[in-house]
Order: sequence, then structure tokens, then C-alpha cells
Amino acid sequence: MNAPLPQDTAATAPLAFTGKARVALNDPRLRANFRRAMDGLMSKRAAQFADADEWRTLRARGAEARARALAKLPDLLERLERRCAENAITVHWAETTGQANAIVLDLLTAAGAKTVIKGKSMVSEEMHLNAHLAAHGITAIESDLGEYIIQLAGEAPSHIVMPCIHKNKAEIAALFAEHIPGQPYTENVDDLTGAARNALRGAFAAADAGISGVNFAVAETGTLVLIENEGNGRLSTTLPPLHIAVTGIEKVLEFLDDVPPLLSLLPRSATGQPITTYVNMISGPRRPGEKDGPQAVHLVLLDNGRSRVYDDPQLRDTLRCIRCAACLNHCPVYTRVGGHSYSFTYPGPIGKILSPQLEGLDCAGDQPHASSLCGACAEVCPVEIPIPDLLVRLRGEAISPTSRAVKGGGSARSLGDRLGRRLSTAILGQPRLYGLISRLAGRIGDRLPSWLPGLNRWTRVRSKPAFARRSLHALARERGYADE
Amino acid sequence: MSRDVPEKPASVYFFATCLVDLFYPEAGLAGMTLLERQGIRVIFPPGQTCCGQPMRNNGWLDEARAIARQQIKTFPKPIPIVVPSGSCAGMMHRHYPELFAGQPDEAEARAFAARVYELTWFLVHVCKLSLTDGGPPVTVAFHASCHSQREMGVRGEPESLLAGLSNVTLAKLERPNECCGFGGAFSVRQPEISAAMVADKIDDLSKSGASEVLSGDCGCLMNIKGALEKAGRPQKARHIAEFLVERGR
Repeated sequence: MNAPLPQDTAATAPLAFTGKARVALNDPRLRANFRRAMDGLMSKRAAQFADADEWRTLRARGAEARARALAKLPDLLERLERRCAENAITVHWAETTGQANAIVLDLLTAAGAKTVIKGKSMVSEEMHLNAHLAAHGITAIESDLGEYIIQLAGEAPSHIVMPCIHKNKAEIAALFAEHIPGQPYTENVDDLTGAARNALRGAFAAADAGISGVNFAVAETGTLVLIENEGNGRLSTTLPPLHIAVTGIEKVLEFLDDVPPLLSLLPRSATGQPITTYVNMISGPRRPGEKDGPQAVHLVLLDNGRSRVYDDPQLRDTLRCIRCAACLNHCPVYTRVGGHSYSFTYPGPIGKILSPQLEGLDCAGDQPHASSLCGACAEVCPVEIPIPDLLVRLRGEAISPTSRAVKGGGSARSLGDRLGRRLSTAILGQPRLYGLISRLAGRIGDRLPSWLPGLNRWTRVRSKPAFARRSLHALARERGYADE
Repeated sequence: MSRDVPEKPASVYFFATCLVDLFYPEAGLAGMTLLERQGIRVIFPPGQTCCGQPMRNNGWLDEARAIARQQIKTFPKPIPIVVPSGSCAGMMHRHYPELFAGQPDEAEARAFAARVYELTWFLVHVCKLSLTDGGPPVTVAFHASCHSQREMGVRGEPESLLAGLSNVTLAKLERPNECCGFGGAFSVRQPEISAAMVADKIDDLSKSGASEVLSGDCGCLMNIKGALEKAGRPQKARHIAEFLVERGR
């Protein structure tokens, strides 16, 4: 690897969602990049699931497999650990991202590793692993093309599946010309891919260790399933002498038989591909007589708040997620503001429910409100996560906590909120008072100036709605629509 | 999402929604007229206020329940409750049962929810309404609300009512299923994102060649109509019930 690598910048202080979204909304290039990409992804997915019956059946199987695995999570994790041990995969448990980073660093240090080649892993992003390793003198090189590009740019992923979807060809061409020695500026996609391939080839061969994520960990057999399109995941997990896989504790499946429906749902939902180019099923290190594979395989299981989420029967559905990102691709908010607006590792609808649960409502409390509750996300979710219902649940937890499952519950309690609740209940819960207020609104409502705080947020791009001179209640009474 | 189609009843309740009551009463009257023309007696209980959706969406679940209880007791007879709004219908049909799960009045809430129908769905499936056109040629666009589609399973019913009108051309939208950006409090909590969404929506409507946009949801209409007016666009926006009453015989 001869290109200089900027440090991971994912850990920089987050600006609140609304502020970042404003910046993104005013960036026409970014908006065009996202719109184009999401339109393409939506139509590709629709073509994959053109048969509604097949979609319903497959989706029900996928949702069932994930729900069943979560219902037995503690047992399955123990079974996974036993099966992995039988396969000579060493399992490590990390409660926090700090512990997970320390485990990975210890393993690398013990092996004398200086450079690491990485497959794509959102959990490693959640850990800010690259920055941690860099601080201890270990260089981690991203081998997924998208991840490689954003690593060159010093950015975090803006999408779960396609980390550099926010960039167009010209931006990538400029990055390569700047960072890859000898690389001229070209927008020829084959040349660009070739340049990345050349830069990465040496890195694969020279790496002391490979790090990957995990798509599914099968408890029955102790198998790590990893899917990818470029072959870099296979190289990262077979070429170096040491392979470390990192995953959240929720990625477990009970049986090997649970894999096929999910393997069909994930890429079709994500990119509209019938299946990915590579499906890796890792069941241990190199055995005597085998020609390739690492000498040691380690699995790091990260909790980082997941067991808290698991404890709440409703919020537990969040953990079904298989990271296909269909919810992002179909979200009208994500499409307009892009992944970096969300400040946290997981953007889009799934991020809006996951980030506040992992990080706390006190620091990610604005996320559940960044939705019109249109329901496009739930409609396409291949494992039936009721995202809009969970958004509403979290909005509620932020003002009046009902469970200790959510960190920072009650942090959004305010006087305005309390007043609003009292007032709306008083008016809407009492028909007579409602009638009085509505008559009053009909008389004076339209005299409210459009610059009033609150109203001005509406009238900036819309006319002020005009109250009817006579409400429907009044008109209905007049026309004799009696109540019996 | 398919649900059983009941026999055409002799009478129904009409739940107007607070937006219709305060801002668009003509949409409510039109909805009631359409039902009456089918020989159905319409009962409009004066005790009705709001379905409680704004409270639920804010996360005010106790308050939403209090409002919901008020509505449930206002519609006691075992007859259908017809709602000229997919969003409010979705609140009552889909979310009341969840809201009352584990509460003493759960069974009552479920029975109530089962009686809730979105207006165009009811007209198509229960009334088997088919109209004869009595108006001049016109091109209209239909905005399908997110909640009517996804919570009430209204998929193509309004369009089929419009298709039955011989002089009406239904314009094709580029993104017919995308949210208009209203989302209740979302429009003021995230004004800039909401503004971007409604700007795209009115562009799509303008490009479609429609002179008028119809919808079954007054929330979306308030947003779209307001944006069209503010942008000085010539397109009109109104509730589909008004259009059907005016043209259909």
C-alpha cells in the first residue's frame, strides 16, 4: 500500500441532526447524488420483488428466523460460543466498544501485527476501531472499494451498504488523483477500479491480520457467514495469518437452515441483486493439509447497549435488523439529507431507532423526530421491523420513560411539552370546550400573523391555512345531521 | 392488509377529523353527501373532536389514550365509522388496538377499530360506487397519502373512482408513493426537510400536467395546497370527495 491514509474522523464531535441536515439540503451536488442513487436502488429492489406472494412468504420466513433467534438470544450465544470453540474459533465478549477495541488490539499486538486489512464492517465503525488502532501504531486499510474511497477522503460511511454513495465519479476521480501516487485524473470507471485494485493488491499480501464483520453467526454449527461483492472480504479473511471478526451480539441465527431465506432477502433488498458475488461461510482456521486460510480465527461479540435493548419486548424488534439498508434507500428524509447528517454510525430510519437506544436519548434524542412517519421504511423492511411504531415509542420515552431499556429516558421533558399535553387533552377530551375553542379559532385564527414563532416555520414555504368561517360541526348541525 | 367487506349498511357514523372540521368542512359535507347518495343514513355525532394522532405522534401516549377514549364513547352503535382521511382512519383502525394493549378497555378499543373505514375504500368496496361523469374534460393528479396506503390498505381505490369518470384524465406522477413532507409536527420540527419534500412534490405535480390535485387526506392537502399557493402555482388542491360530488352523478 503506497497511498498515504488519513486518520479515521468518525469520532469528531457531532453537530445536531437539524444543523447537519440544513447543510446537506443546501448542497445541490450531494442532493443530486443521493436522489439518483436512491431512485436506482428503489427500482432495482422493486424488480426483485415483483412477485408479491413470493415477497410475503420469504419476508415472513426471514422475520420469523430473526425473531426466533432473538427470543432465545442468551441460549444461542452460548451455543455459538461452544460450537465456535469446537471449530477452533476463539470467542471474546465485549460489553463496551472500549473493551472490544482493547481485545482486538491485544490480539494484534500478541501477533506482532503492524498492518491490518479490513473487510467492510459497521460494527468496527461503531467502535471507531481504525482510529484506536492508529493511536497504537497499527495501520488498518479498508479493502471494500467504497470504504477505501471514504478512507482516502477521511470520512465516515454515509450509507450502511454503500459507504460512499454520496460521492459521484468526478469526486472519486479527484480523490484518487490526489492520494494514489502516479494516478492521473480520470473518470473512466474501469481505470478507477483498476487503480484501487493495484493499490490494494499489495496490502492484502502484506497484511499481518485481517478484520471483518459478520452478516450471520450460526449457533447450530459455529459458522460465520459473510457476504460481499468484490472478493476483498474473502481475501481479508483467508490471506493473512490472523482473522478477527467483530459483530454485535444480535447477529446470531439458530440454524444453518435460517440462512438461505435471509441470504435471498438481504442483497435483493439492499442493492437489487439476486445474490451477492461472494458468500463466505467461515467455520474455523486452516486445518492440517489445507492450502489456505488463517492460522487463527477470533470472534469478538459486542454488546454496547444491545442487551439493554433486548430486555424490552417491543424495542427488541430493533435487533432483527440485517443491515440491508432498504429503509435508507426508501426514506424520503434520508434521500434528501444523506447519511452524514445523522451524526451516528447508523443513518436513516434504522439509525433513528438504533442510535438513540445505543447512545442514549439524551444525545441522539432528535433522531426519532427526523421522520414524517410515512412508513416507507417498514413497508420494505425484509424482517418486518415496525420502525414508525418504534420511533413513536422512543419519542414517548424521551418525555416520560416507561422502561429502563432506553438510556436518557425523560431527557426531553420540558415545560412546553407538559403544557402542550395538558392543553390538548383538556380541549380535545371535552367536546364542549373544543366547540368553544373552534368557534373562537374560526373568528380570530386568521388574524394570527404568519411570523409568529412556530407558525413561521410553516409559512416560510406555504400559505397560512385559512380557518373555515363555520366549522363542520356547525354546518352539520344546521343541516340536521343529528346524533340520533 | 386485505379486510373483509361488510354488507352495505343502512346507516354509518361519519368521523370528520379536526382538520376537516376547522379548515375544510366542505370536504366533510361532500363525504357525507356521497354516502347519502348511496342511500345510507349518515350520523354525525357532535361529541367528536380529534382521533388523537397528533398526541400519539409526539409520544404523548397517555394523552392520546384519553382523547381516544372520548372518541370511542362518542360512536357507541355497532355500525361502520367512515373517515375522509387515511391518516386519522389509520390512527383509529391500526393504532387504537396497540394504544390500549393490556388496558382494561382493550376489547372495546379493538371493536371500535374494526368498524373504522377510509372513505374511498368504503365507497368502492362496500357501496360499489360507480359514477357517471357530469363535467368538462380535466386532467387531475391524485396524491395517495402514506397512511391511507400503508395503514389502511387503500391501494388504487381513489384512482379507480376517478377512472370511472369519462372526462377525467388521471395524470401520472413520477413518485406517486413518496411522502409530501407533512407528517404533522414534523413539518414544524424539521421545517427545512419538510420544505424540501413538499417542493419536490409540487414540482412532480406541476410536471404531470394536472390542473388540479386531489387527495383523501386533508393534512397532505393543507401542505400541498399551501406550497402551491406560496409558490404561485396555478394548480388547485382539494379533497377527492368534493371533486366526486361535483362531477359524479
